[in-house]
Amino acid sequence: MLNTTYENKVLTVFLSGEIDQHTSKNLRMEIDSQTESLRPETLCLDFDNVKFMDSSGIGLIMGRFRQMSLLGGRMKIVNLPENIKRVVYLSGIQTLGVIK
Amino acid sequence: MNTLNTMEIKFPSKSINEGFARSVVSSFILQLDPTINELTDIKTAVSEAVTNCIVHGYEDNAGIIYIKGEIREDNLIVFKIRDKGKGIPDIKKAMEPLFTTGGEERAGLGFAVMESFMDKVKVSSKEGKGTTVTLYKKIIRTNYEKP
Repeated sequence: MLNTTYENKVLTVFLSGEIDQHTSKNLRMEIDSQTESLRPETLCLDFDNVKFMDSSGIGLIMGRFRQMSLLGGRMKIVNLPENIKRVVYLSGIQTLGVIK
Repeated sequence: MNTLNTMEIKFPSKSINEGFARSVVSSFILQLDPTINELTDIKTAVSEAVTNCIVHGYEDNAGIIYIKGEIREDNLIVFKIRDKGKGIPDIKKAMEPLFTTGGEERAGLGFAVMESFMDKVKVSSKEGKGTTVTLYKKIIRTNYEKP
């Protein structure tokens, strides 16, 4: 189950554990169902407790970025741990200006 | 070049086994006392290779994935990740960053991550027969004593 908060039209999702192709399927469905029902202005993905992420996580981030653009909202990423930064920066996601 | 230690596993191509594969390869290379970054790099590269077997090699159908690990002289780690799936028709194309046949939730970065995080990546594939990805990385910091 996802740990989330919704405050001032910001939906914050506290991701945790390992993000790979296996776990990203459920994360995608749960995040999309919440953004579709709440229609937040901003989707904030908090990576503080993420221990591992491979390129499936990049797909997850890019997919949610597209989803939020379609809904007319924004997305941001906070608390990226050091060991996950490398895979994120390799993807070029930082050029979208979503990493805070 | 002498091989100092080896391991082999095989497991069904279920996505839950991506985490299992990462745990096994981490445990194997811990004897070389890698840095956290080295460990993360290798885990991530292996995760990409195993995901490719599941998503592309077997296209989410049942199959077996084989991993063979070696520790060679000079702290060189070699992992071979193999499937007997459909194979890659055009390896050069498959290795291009952002190219994917996996749909829009896939970033197309699997091989780019492997190449960036490892010292060398070798891919051999035959259509209808399967694919073998070989990953090489030298561990710089080590306390490993020869057995």
